[in-house]
Amino acid sequence: MSNIFSDLITALPEIFVLGMAMFILLLDLFLKPSQRGLIFWLAQLTLAGAAVITIITHTPAVTYAFNGMFVDDPMSDVLKVMTYIGTAMMFVYTRHYLTLRGMFRGEYYALVLFAMVGMMVMISGQNFLTLYMGLELLSLCLYALVALDRDNPRATEAAMKYFVLGALASGMLLYGMSMIYGATGSLNIAEVGQSLTQGAPTYSMLILGLVFIVSGLAFKLGAVPFQMWVPDVYHGSPTAMTMLIGSVPKLAAFAMVIRLLVQGLYVLAVDWQGMLVIMAVLSIAIGNVTAIAQTNLKRMLAYSTISHIGFLLFGLMSASMNGFASAMFYVSAYVLMTLAGFGMILLLSRQGFEAENLDDLKGLNQRSPWNAFLMLIVMFSMAGVPPTLGFYAKFTVLQAALEAGFVGLVIFAVLMAAVGAFYYLRVVKLMYFDDPQDTSPIDAPTGMRVMLSVNALSLLVLGLLPQVLMGVAAYAMFYSMN
Amino acid sequence: MMTDLPIISLAIWVPILAGIAVLFTGDDRRACLARWMALAGSIAGFLVTLPLYTEFNFADGGFQFQERLSWIPAFNIHYHLGVDGISVPLILLTSFITMVVVVAGWEVIEKRVAQYMASFLIMSGLMIGVFSALDAILYYVFWEAMLIPMFLVIGIWGGQNRVYATIKFFLYTLLGSLLMLVAFIYLYHQTDSFALVDYYRLPLALPVQVLIFLAFFMAFAVKIPMWPVHTWLPDAHVEAPTGGSVVLAAIMLKLGAYSFLRFAMPIAPDAAHYLAGFMITLSLISIVYIAFVALVQKDMKKLIAYSSISHMGFVTLGMFIFNPLGMEGAIVQMISHGFISGAMFLCVGVLYDRMHSRQIADYGGVANTMPTFAAFAVLFAMANAGLPGTSGFVGEFLVILGALQVNFWYAFLAALTLIFGAAYTLWMVKRVFYGEIANQQVAALKDLSKREFFILAVLALLVIGFGVYPAPITELTNASVSQLLSHLAQSKLPAGY
Repeated sequence: MSNIFSDLITALPEIFVLGMAMFILLLDLFLKPSQRGLIFWLAQLTLAGAAVITIITHTPAVTYAFNGMFVDDPMSDVLKVMTYIGTAMMFVYTRHYLTLRGMFRGEYYALVLFAMVGMMVMISGQNFLTLYMGLELLSLCLYALVALDRDNPRATEAAMKYFVLGALASGMLLYGMSMIYGATGSLNIAEVGQSLTQGAPTYSMLILGLVFIVSGLAFKLGAVPFQMWVPDVYHGSPTAMTMLIGSVPKLAAFAMVIRLLVQGLYVLAVDWQGMLVIMAVLSIAIGNVTAIAQTNLKRMLAYSTISHIGFLLFGLMSASMNGFASAMFYVSAYVLMTLAGFGMILLLSRQGFEAENLDDLKGLNQRSPWNAFLMLIVMFSMAGVPPTLGFYAKFTVLQAALEAGFVGLVIFAVLMAAVGAFYYLRVVKLMYFDDPQDTSPIDAPTGMRVMLSVNALSLLVLGLLPQVLMGVAAYAMFYSMN
Repeated sequence: MMTDLPIISLAIWVPILAGIAVLFTGDDRRACLARWMALAGSIAGFLVTLPLYTEFNFADGGFQFQERLSWIPAFNIHYHLGVDGISVPLILLTSFITMVVVVAGWEVIEKRVAQYMASFLIMSGLMIGVFSALDAILYYVFWEAMLIPMFLVIGIWGGQNRVYATIKFFLYTLLGSLLMLVAFIYLYHQTDSFALVDYYRLPLALPVQVLIFLAFFMAFAVKIPMWPVHTWLPDAHVEAPTGGSVVLAAIMLKLGAYSFLRFAMPIAPDAAHYLAGFMITLSLISIVYIAFVALVQKDMKKLIAYSSISHMGFVTLGMFIFNPLGMEGAIVQMISHGFISGAMFLCVGVLYDRMHSRQIADYGGVANTMPTFAAFAVLFAMANAGLPGTSGFVGEFLVILGALQVNFWYAFLAALTLIFGAAYTLWMVKRVFYGEIANQQVAALKDLSKREFFILAVLALLVIGFGVYPAPITELTNASVSQLLSHLAQSKLPAGY
């Protein structure tokens, strides 16, 4: 009896969020449209409550629950708290946008919270099936969210595309997992890891499984050559949903990569390292080069995401503690930058107008110097120019890759970073050097403006004091991996 | 005691904070306030750098005024600052030129004044950071961050083709510096430290040294710029507003040369010797070939830009002949070129503000309508050509003397440029200032305003002052230069080579 109780305690944040999501769904039935504001605050309260629970129950020790299917380690706690923060920021950004477009409904908040439970399960899953369940919960919510504006043909198309390709990826992942299960006889990640160290039973079967798992993960991350869905889905989805797809789920996807490849299949590191190298190099190259040709800001950010994923893989492919910590630092920096980038698009959008073309940023410095300055920070951070957070993110992954001996690849990556700088600079050019096409005043609620300022300035402040985030990432990795 | 204060930190952060304060004055309705605040900030920024000279210990060739705080412990990165005799004159030059630029942009800049002034103040602090950082990552952060304000200055206040020029400027510099970052990370994995002093002591095999040197070369040669990676400079100079050109020519180009002395050469001394022939060849090509290119320019700013490249060739030549005369000459040349090129660009700015043309062909007989200005312009042109009695002569003469000790032909080729330099500069002066009054617009020109007169007069005094009595610079640099040369003379190859 005490055993099941302690198991429930370990999973308390998930249970809490799940309960609140269902409560919100129910409550929404009884609310008048004018009372929807309550839902927003309730969702924020849920996140705050989950954060409190996660932080209070935090210990540097690793705790297993439900017969080893679920784990609570420092990495999961840190990533979960980051997920709460990212989601809370997203709620602030999207509220006004959703209200203007008639999507400010209870379903949105319930679906996002369900998706977040999915992410949390992915972060804490210690069993192939737990991980898969979390992933599916997240994905199904995202498909529904993209299609939430159901009369919008572009969004529906994006949802369809996302669903078909996402299902394919899930299938591949599941197939790979079944292979590994066949070879090792276990679905538990720790047991798989252990049985592999005692001598690999059937190598060819393991490798086949590994290939499928890596492909499935690459699909979810959006790494080349599995990136086709990224630009279309980013472009077609309502910006509020693009912001969600592009930001916090990457934390969960990162955790899943760590669980599967590092904790489960570390013995095969030499094999997956080779695959990650190819994907990393291709992602950086194709992401950066294709982004140059884009005229749509959302598509440009989609390709920029692909290149960021490439850099993230640079950290992972080093297959060292240093590399994993740097990848974690990178992914958290990436989430902050993406939120700010899409936050700016949401800020400039109005009733009946989506500020999603690059030309919509023209002359922003004349319309609103402060917002132009914030976007300047975001762009230089994405380009990896100091003194912004983006620089340290690139710096840490590159140093990890260099330590692992990938000298040539690191040089290639920095050359590509210079190529990438071009399209970020173009955004700065549009904002600062061109005259505005559209001189209507920017009307956005104060909350959103403050959020954007805090978010963009955090890129600068964390750039001056990067030790904070680096230290957290290193701590989480060190205590979870030993 | 003054030395209790963190003088270098003040020198870096006073202008940056002043710049941020200026930004908060907002739009152009309060332009006047922005200008006065910027002036106050730049003067304060200059005053805080003065103790670096007055309190400097001339006998010590090492780093002084050091400040060291832990910054990013995860990678053993420190906020480590310090100056020696090579960086002090450059820091003083930076804070001085910032004042000049603020005054020079006083009435000329009418739109977005606060942003313009703030950019230069922030840039000034960042450049002083580059000159005083003793930690590789700190240095790198300053080095890159400085690109952002310059990018904006050229892009917002520049000429017709400014977007092309500024993006070219940014990407060229970024590409070079990223390779330098790779070199720093490599060195970090060898020493577990980003401290410059640890790199100085690290033994490295020759192939490694050569690769590291080349990575640094990519970053610094672009900045100096050396032939053949110089092509961004004429574009950037032509399109930049006057203040931008002045800072580019007077300070930014020096960053590259300084960084060779601070990083590339002491970290990889054997590679520096090994590649000295290569560096000298590039320097001589810069000096001679670019001088010819300058001769055929029709645009005054372009001509001065090419002349800058040619003069920076003297600096790199002086550094890579590895003797005290060359090295001292290189440093004097850096400072003097800072004043002269800055003054030349200001002179073009004076004309441009009145006529809105930089084409030599649009002028003629300016001396008739602007006699005072013509006197200054001729003085600076003479200094640019290396006339004895001006600071331009001292540096070039020292470098040529140093080169003569190594190889007669180096000295011969370098000395030829004194002729070419005189040719292109004086020919331009002749076409612009002398002869008949070319057209109505020239006839209507008004001579210098008090503000312009004041700036040019101060620069003229400095150019002549250092030409007659260069000892303040050489005394400052002496100890550091001999220490650097003795370090460079020791091989860093690991035992067994």
